[in-house]
Amino acid sequence: MIRLQREALDIGEIVRSVSRPTSGAVDVFIGTTRNNAEGRLVRSLEYEAHELMAAQEIEKISARAFERWPIDAVSVVHRLGPVAIGEASVVIAVAAPHRAEAFEACRFVIDTLKKEVPIWKKEQFEDGTTSWPGQPTGKN
Amino acid sequence: MTVKLRLFASVRELAGFSVRVLHLAEPATTEDVWTFLVGQHDGFRSWRPSIRFAVNATYVDGTTVLKEGDEVTIIPPVSGG
Repeated sequence: MIRLQREALDIGEIVRSVSRPTSGAVDVFIGTTRNNAEGRLVRSLEYEAHELMAAQEIEKISARAFERWPIDAVSVVHRLGPVAIGEASVVIAVAAPHRAEAFEACRFVIDTLKKEVPIWKKEQFEDGTTSWPGQPTGKN
Repeated sequence: MTVKLRLFASVRELAGFSVRVLHLAEPATTEDVWTFLVGQHDGFRSWRPSIRFAVNATYVDGTTVLKEGDEVTIIPPVSGG
């Protein structure tokens, strides 16, 4: 299951979506929204995506995980729009016959997602200023 | 030729629009789209090393020749997760 959604993530649903009788392990990564960045307090966060492209890129990452490891199922669900501090912004679940493959594939999926998938986080700070982390600013 | 430019995140905010139809002289490439954007806002001048291009929702390498009706997207550094 690959999905981008504005609603809160249902971690139980995502874990159940990878359940297979052949699996002996499910590894779950939950990314949560942090209340600080670069030493400043973050009041709120918002995610934006090129939705079609993001879903396609996640599909490609999932396919690469299946090529590299003997795994049974991969689910990736990411939030869009405003996300309150402390909530889950992304959940990745990988089921495999054995735990080593589940751990490794899950780490690969989140690490690659953070580099390749066109999703962007906007942070709003306590002082009212905003930032797109890692992105250039308009100042030369 | 006509292509559609779609912008996201910091690029969208600095440019001040999210979608624009561009009329370009042929042959046109992704770099011509970037040149258009720098012309819209001088602040983009230093961004070129940070951005990637996508055409029709797929990353493309370097300079890619565009076709009529292509959708070009500027991808600033991603920060999902």
